Amino acid sequence: MQRSDSERTDAHTAETSADATAANDLASELDSLLDEIDSVLEENAEEFVRNYVQKGGQ
Amino acid sequence: MMAVAKVLGIETEYGVAGGPDGDPITASTLIVNAYAQHERRRVAWDFIDETPGRDARATASESFPPAIEIHLANTVLTNGARLYVDHAHPEYSSPEVRTPLEAVLFDQAGEVVMRQAMETCNATFDPAHAIRLYKNNSDGKGNAYGTHENYLVDRAVPFDDLVRGLLPHFVSRMVYCGAGKVGSETDESRGYGVTFQLSSRAEFFEEVVGLETTLKRPIINTRDEPHSDAEKYRRLHVINGDATLSPVATWLKVGTTSLLLSYIERHGVAALPPVPARPVRAFRTFARDESLRVTVPTSAGEWSALDYQESIYELLEGYVEREGADDVAPLDEVRALLGEWRRSLDALAVSPDTLADTVDWIAKRRMIRAYQDRYQCDPLDARLRAIDLQYADLRPERSLAGRARLRQLFSPTEIVTAATAPPRSTRAYFRGMCVERFSESLVSANWDSLVFDVGDGPLQRVAMMEPLRGTAALTESLFRSVSTASELVVALNG
Repeated sequence: MQRSDSERTDAHTAETSADATAANDLASELDSLLDEIDSVLEENAEEFVRNYVQKGGQ
Repeated sequence: MMAVAKVLGIETEYGVAGGPDGDPITASTLIVNAYAQHERRRVAWDFIDETPGRDARATASESFPPAIEIHLANTVLTNGARLYVDHAHPEYSSPEVRTPLEAVLFDQAGEVVMRQAMETCNATFDPAHAIRLYKNNSDGKGNAYGTHENYLVDRAVPFDDLVRGLLPHFVSRMVYCGAGKVGSETDESRGYGVTFQLSSRAEFFEEVVGLETTLKRPIINTRDEPHSDAEKYRRLHVINGDATLSPVATWLKVGTTSLLLSYIERHGVAALPPVPARPVRAFRTFARDESLRVTVPTSAGEWSALDYQESIYELLEGYVEREGADDVAPLDEVRALLGEWRRSLDALAVSPDTLADTVDWIAKRRMIRAYQDRYQCDPLDARLRAIDLQYADLRPERSLAGRARLRQLFSPTEIVTAATAPPRSTRAYFRGMCVERFSESLVSANWDSLVFDVGDGPLQRVAMMEPLRGTAALTESLFRSVSTASELVVALNG
């Protein structure tokens, strides 16, 4: 089906703004994930990682 | 005719830290004992069937068979699993199940068991001595421990065909079932300046085929301990996989492998992609390749990990459409598995980050990259290594996999139930029900038998050499009709 130029532009604008919204959603979701990581990450990461020593297994 | 049902299971050695004296064997023992106390049933493991030195190859080369450690804590659970101390780790060996999806459920049930054991244990100590458990495969310092898969395979398939047919899959499946890892732990990968790997295990592999599991680890392990009728079956013991936290990744890991085994049983290996010229190098190369574009040489050109997976997918998709693969799972599950596999390969080719809810290495990398961006830290910063470690942390208040929005396949209730109720689909039902109902008369148990003390006369051994005997369908009414172990043994002998 043929669409007028203005309809195409509208559709294009709608897609762009949908993309921008999705990107914003993703960024804010990542931000809240990072906040969560900050709240549960061991305070002394250096020592936490250094002290995790295992005997080899299988 | 149905090929041999691909009965399967997953065993995981958990990382362990803390404890009253800092000794991992003490901590692992406390974990196993705490769970046995929590379940208030204690059934010993029976070692009569253990021969880890038996080699699938007719002529075994010089190698060091794994030692069995009889004195360490060892118990059988009401869900049919084995919980014990292996080397210096607590290990959960899931009950054997009938389909890949069930394997996911009972693998996650193992996390519940370990978490419960950890909480029971820690309730009795000073918090400074709390035990912590991790579902991962290495400590970041070169010490590795395993997550092993087991598959029932037709004994008639030549072992060389399994090697030939499985190598292309085993070196490349990490694209969707790698756990991911910050940094590197061997001189070789350090030499490449690696900051992130798809697989946590790959760099520890040194041989193509062999019997060892702790030294010179081979991509294909030849341990030949069927725990069932050895004339009919082989138990393929797969040691090259990562511990996965994402249910979908676990499903793909065992589901694709089961399907490939089913195909090889019926059609051999002629149509499978070529083996890499140097399989160990290919396995490690793919692990270091975040671009998913690097290729390795074969006798038939250059192949990337995705090339291998595309080729194997196409072969198995056609196979399922023609023949169904009911030895792996009902058609609905097999089709859903193929759909997930297809979706994963498509996304990996163009936008891998969209798989952050199903692929562990991508979920982990997403956290690490975002953290690195926010704090502008070095790619090997201790905080990024801490994220890597806490991804696998079983403490709910510290777990990062628990915060990664991973897509779930089972409800929390289903998973908690599977920690105590056995699968209905295999002999694990019979084992688990006997532990649940008759633990006081059960002297010992293992994968293929149970030993009862019914009071008078000799101990009674009940053999379970057929993994698909002892299912709920076959024994549920028997369990309803007996009230003591003695009645059970009489009914079985009658």
